[in-house]
Amino acid sequence: MSETSERRMSIRARLPGFLRRADPAVVTAFGCILLLLFLGSLYSSNFLSPDYLLQQLKVASFLGVVAAGMMVAILLGHIDLSVPWVMTAGAMMACAVAGFGDTGSVAAIPAGVLCGVAFGLLNGIGVAFLRIPSMIVTLASNVVAQGLMVVYTGGFSPQDSAPPAVRWLATGAVVPGLPNAILVWGGVSVAMVFLLTRTAFGRAVYGIGNSERAAFLSGVGTRRVIMTAFVISGALSAFGGVLLAGYASKAAQAMGDPYLLPSIAAVVLGGTSILGGRGSYFGTVAGVILITLLQSILSVMQMPEAGRQIVYGVVIIVMLLLYGRAPPNR
Amino acid sequence: MSEWRFWLNEQRGTLMGLAIFLVMFVVYVANHPAGFTANVVHTAANKGVLLAFVAMAQALVVITAGIDLSVGMIFVLTNCIASWIVVGAAVPSALGVVAVLAAGMLCGAVNGLLVIYGRLQPIVATIATGAVYFGLALLLRPFPGGSVNEELADALTGRLFGVIPSSLVALTAVVLIVWLPFRRSVVGRAAYAAGSSEPAAFMSGMPIRRGKFAAYLLGGLLAGMGGLFLTFFTYTGEAAYASGSAYTLWSIAAVVLGGVSLYGGRGSAVGAIFGAFAARTTGDMLFAFDVEPLWQPLLQGIVLMIAVSIGSLALLRVRNRLDWFQ
Amino acid sequence: MTAAETPPPLIRMEGVSKRYGGVRALENAQLEVAPGGIHAILGENGAGKSTLIKIMAGVVAADEGRMLFDGREVNFRSPAEAAAAGIACVFQELSLIPDLSVADNIVISNPPRRFGMIDRRAQRAIAEEALARAGAEDIHPRAAVKDLPLSRRQMVEIAKALTVKPRALILDEATSALTAGDVAKVFAVLKRLREEGLALLYISHRMHEIAELADTCTVFRNGRNVATFEAGTRSNGEIVEMMIGREYSHVFPPKAIRMAEPAKAPVLECRNLGWTDRLRDISLTVGEGEVVGLGGLEGQGQRLLLLALFGVLRGTTGSVLIDGAPVTISSPATARKSPLSMALIPEDRNTEGLMLPMTVRENLSFAALDRVSRGGVIDRDKEERLIDDMVRLLEIKTAGLDVPVGALSGGNQQKVVIAKWLMRTPRIILLNDPTRGIDVGTKQELYQLLRRLAESGAAILFYSTDYDELIGCCDRVLVLYDGRVVRELEGGEITERALIASALNVQAGQEGTAV
Repeated sequence: MSETSERRMSIRARLPGFLRRADPAVVTAFGCILLLLFLGSLYSSNFLSPDYLLQQLKVASFLGVVAAGMMVAILLGHIDLSVPWVMTAGAMMACAVAGFGDTGSVAAIPAGVLCGVAFGLLNGIGVAFLRIPSMIVTLASNVVAQGLMVVYTGGFSPQDSAPPAVRWLATGAVVPGLPNAILVWGGVSVAMVFLLTRTAFGRAVYGIGNSERAAFLSGVGTRRVIMTAFVISGALSAFGGVLLAGYASKAAQAMGDPYLLPSIAAVVLGGTSILGGRGSYFGTVAGVILITLLQSILSVMQMPEAGRQIVYGVVIIVMLLLYGRAPPNR
Repeated sequence: MSEWRFWLNEQRGTLMGLAIFLVMFVVYVANHPAGFTANVVHTAANKGVLLAFVAMAQALVVITAGIDLSVGMIFVLTNCIASWIVVGAAVPSALGVVAVLAAGMLCGAVNGLLVIYGRLQPIVATIATGAVYFGLALLLRPFPGGSVNEELADALTGRLFGVIPSSLVALTAVVLIVWLPFRRSVVGRAAYAAGSSEPAAFMSGMPIRRGKFAAYLLGGLLAGMGGLFLTFFTYTGEAAYASGSAYTLWSIAAVVLGGVSLYGGRGSAVGAIFGAFAARTTGDMLFAFDVEPLWQPLLQGIVLMIAVSIGSLALLRVRNRLDWFQ
Repeated sequence: MTAAETPPPLIRMEGVSKRYGGVRALENAQLEVAPGGIHAILGENGAGKSTLIKIMAGVVAADEGRMLFDGREVNFRSPAEAAAAGIACVFQELSLIPDLSVADNIVISNPPRRFGMIDRRAQRAIAEEALARAGAEDIHPRAAVKDLPLSRRQMVEIAKALTVKPRALILDEATSALTAGDVAKVFAVLKRLREEGLALLYISHRMHEIAELADTCTVFRNGRNVATFEAGTRSNGEIVEMMIGREYSHVFPPKAIRMAEPAKAPVLECRNLGWTDRLRDISLTVGEGEVVGLGGLEGQGQRLLLLALFGVLRGTTGSVLIDGAPVTISSPATARKSPLSMALIPEDRNTEGLMLPMTVRENLSFAALDRVSRGGVIDRDKEERLIDDMVRLLEIKTAGLDVPVGALSGGNQQKVVIAKWLMRTPRIILLNDPTRGIDVGTKQELYQLLRRLAESGAAILFYSTDYDELIGCCDRVLVLYDGRVVRELEGGEITERALIASALNVQAGQEGTAV
C-alpha cells in the first residue's frame, strides 16, 4: 500500500500543478476520452468534427443529468436503483399534464420533476428513517413506479406527445448550433458543483459517505441529509426522463431501462468510490462522456451490439482494476 | 420443546418466506376458478422455478455480504448456449447440459476472481461482467432462435406420474445436491462467517477466500441451471436484455423476501426459493382475484415495499444510536 | 507450597520488550507461569499486561526477548499457531461470529467431519461437553450467538477456548461482564483445570476475585514486572502501593484557585442519570471554569456517560440541567446548539472524530458548518478565517489545509478533532480520553489548552485512562465503578493512591484483607 502510493506520489510530483491537484481517476477518465477520440479519428476523420462532438454531447446530456443524481446517492455510500421507472414516470407525467391545454404545457416539466421528488422522498424515508438497505428500497420503489405507470398507460406507450416546451428543451437551440440539452446539462452541472463544493449540504454528503458515525457525532442531521439526497436523485432522474421524452417527442414504456447501469458505471468510472465519500463531479462528467463516446464509436464502427456490450464491460473492468481497487487485507 | 424453538429461530427467515408464499398461494388457489388442481400447481411451479434458481444463485453470494448483479445475464447467456448445444441424441444432449452448467460456473468464477482477488466492489464488478455476459449471449443469438432436445425438455417441464411437476423435482434435487452439501461443508461455513463478521472469521482462522469463491462459483452454476430450464420451457434461446435485468432485480427481492440478510451471514437458499415463489404468486394471485392484470406490477411493488419495511421494526429496540451505523 | 515442590514453569518470558510507535508498552519483562496454578497479573491501565498476553497468544510479536513454552523457545506468528501449541485465550473483545450458532462457534477451528461434511451430531456433542465443562449448561448449543446477552457470550468464549484442550489458558478480563453466579461457576471450572495441571493466567481488576482464585500474583508497572509474590501474603494497601509509581514525565499548568460561588447554578448538572444496567444513578455537577475528571478502570461507564450527556443514548432516566434549567438532549444536533453548546471529543478519532480521507479544512469546519454558512451556502472567507484562527491557536502542523487529515500525525489529528469543536466556542466540553496514543509534546499542549478553556469559562468533563492527567489537570475527579460513581475526590485528595484504590473499589488504607 505505502509502496505503491509512494510510487504514485513520485509520478505525480513530476506532473504540472493543475494535474497534480486533480484526482488521478478524473485525469485517467479524461485521458481515456482523448484516447477514444484519437482511435476514432484513425478510423474516420468525422470523429473530430464539431458536429459529431456536439451530437455526442447532446446524447450524453440525458445520461449526464441522471448520473448527477446517481452520484449524490453513491457519494453517501448508497445507490439508487429506482432510476429506470422514475425516469419513465417523470416523462409520462410531464406528457400527461401537457394534455391539459396551455396551463398543462407550462406545468409539464415541474409536474414530471415533482413526480421524481415524490419517489425520491419514498426512497429517502426508507433509507434514512427505516434504515432499509438502499438497494432494496429503491428496487421496491422502482417496481411501484413501474406498477403505477402500467396502470396509468394500460401497458401501452401513451399517446400523449411531449409538449413543445419539453421538445424545445431537448432538441432546440437557443444559441445557434448549440443544442439546448447541452445547456441544460451544463446548468445541472453548475448547480451540482455548487451544491457539492460550496454548501453545507454538500459537505455533509461527503462526510456521511466517509463515516456516518462521525457525521452524526458532529451534530449533523444525517437523516435529513440522506433524505434530501435521495429527493435530489429522484428529481434528476425524472428530469432526465422528461428531457428524453422531449428528444424522442414522447414517453415510452421502459424508456429508462438502458440508463440504470450506465449511470452507475459513469459515476464509478469518474473515480467516485462506490462505498461513498470520495469523488468529484468532474469525474462523473468524464465518465458520462466516456461511456457515451464508447457506445457511439462502437456503433459507428458497425460493431454489432454484442461486441459493444463486451467491449463496454471489459473497459469498465480494466479501468476499475487500474484505480478502483480496495486496499489489500480489508 | 425447546429444540423446536431453536429450530424455528434458525429457520426464521426461511419460514417467513415460506409463510408469505403459503398465504399467497392458498389465497390464489382458493380464488382460482379451477381450484387446487394439478394443472394450476404445474403452471405455478413452472413459472416460479426459473426465478427460484436465479434467486438461489443470488442468495449464495448475498450470504457472503456480496451481491451479484450479473446473475440475470448469466441466466440469459446460458439460455443462449443451451439453445445451441443441448440438441441431438441423448449423449450429445447430456454433454451439452454439462457444458452449459460449466459455462455458468465459469461466469461465477470470473465474478469471484474479480471480487476476491481483484478486490473490486461486487456491485460494480458484476455490473461490468453482466454487460460482457449479455454481449456474449447476443453474439450467440443475435435473433431469438435455436432449439433444444424436446424430449428432455418435456420430461423436465412436464409432470411425474401425472401429478408432480418435474421442474419442482429437479429444483428439489438441486437443493439436495448443491445447496445442502455447501451449507454443511467447512467452505460453506466460512462463507457464512465471512458474511457475518469477516474480522472474527479471520481471527478464527477460517478459509474466507475459499468460502467466498465457492459461493460465487456455485452461484454461477445455479444461474446456469436457471438458463437451462428457461430453454426447456421456451425451446429457444433469446438474448433478452429486459428479461435478464428483470431477473437480476427480482432475484434480490426474492432473496430479501426469503429472509436472507443483505448484510450477509444470515438466511438460506431455500428461503430464497420461497421468496421467489412468493414473488411470482403475488402476480398470479391478482389474476385469481379478477384484478385487472394491469394492476399486477403495482400491487407486486406495494407488497414488496411492505415486506422489506417489516425488518425495520427492530430499530425501535436500538438504545444506543451509534448502533445504527454498524 | 515450598520452593522445592514448585514444578518447572510451562511458560517463561525472558526480557520481553515491545514498543508501539514511540510508546513503550513493555520493557524487559520477565514472567514464569507454572502448570497447575493460577497466576494473577495486576497493574493499572497501560502497565503492559495486555501487551504481554498478546505476545503470548501470537497476536503481536515482541521486539526483543524470547518466550519458552514447555522448555522450548517458541515464536508464534498468529493466534492459530499459539492455539496449535496449546495456548488458548479468552479475550475481552469477542472473536465469535454473531450469526452462527453456539455449537458452530465452539468447534469453529476444527469442526468434526464425516464424508467431508460437518457432522452436526458430533459437533453438538462436542459443544455440549464444552459448555458443561465451563458450567454453562443453560446455554443451548443451537442458540445463535447474536441472541445471547454479553455474559452468555463470554461463557461461550470460555467454552470455545476449552475445546482445543489447551495446556495454558489465558483469561483477559474474562469475567468482566459475568453475573456473580457465572463467576462462581467459572471459578469452579478454573479450579478444576488447575487440578488437571493447566497453567492459568488470570487478568482481572476485581481484587476479591484475585483473592479467591490466585496462587501467585505478579504486579506490572510501566511495562515491567515489579513484584511477584505468593497470593495471600500482601494486603490490598501494599498492592496498591506497588502499582503506584508511574514515572512523571508531564508538567501540568497550575490549577486555578477557585472561589466558591454558591449563588450560581452549575453549568452542567445531572441527577440520578441511568441507562439500561450500564449507568446507574449518576449525579454530578460541573461548574463554570471547572475541570472535572472521570476516573476508574476502563469500561466502567465513563464513555457511556459522555454519550448519554451528548444525546446519543435512547431511554436514559434521570435529568440533565443546564444552568439550573432542565433540558432534554435528543441528539448530538441538539446538544451542540445553544443553549446547550456542548462538544464531545469522541473516543476513537479514526471512526468517530474525523473523516480521514477528507481534507484538514473540511474536517475542521465540519461541526461548525452552520456557523460559517448563510442559507446553507458556505461563506468561504469566514470559514478560512475561523480555520486559520484554529490552526494558529492549536499550532496544528500540517503541509496545508487541503491534505487529507489522515496524513497528519496522531497528535495533530487529535488537535483537529478538538479544533473542530472549538470552532463552535462550546460552553460544555466532554472529552473521552483525548490523549490516548499521542506524543508527549502534544499532550502537554492539550493540558495547557484545557486550562485556558476553563479559565475562559468553559465547563469541562474529562475522562482519562491516565491517572497522571487526572491528578494534574482536574479540580475534582469522580471515580466510576460498574456504572456508578463510587468516589468523589477533590483538590489534594486526588492522589494516585486514592485513584487506584477507588478504581478497584477497595479501601487503600485498610489492612488485613489479604490478597
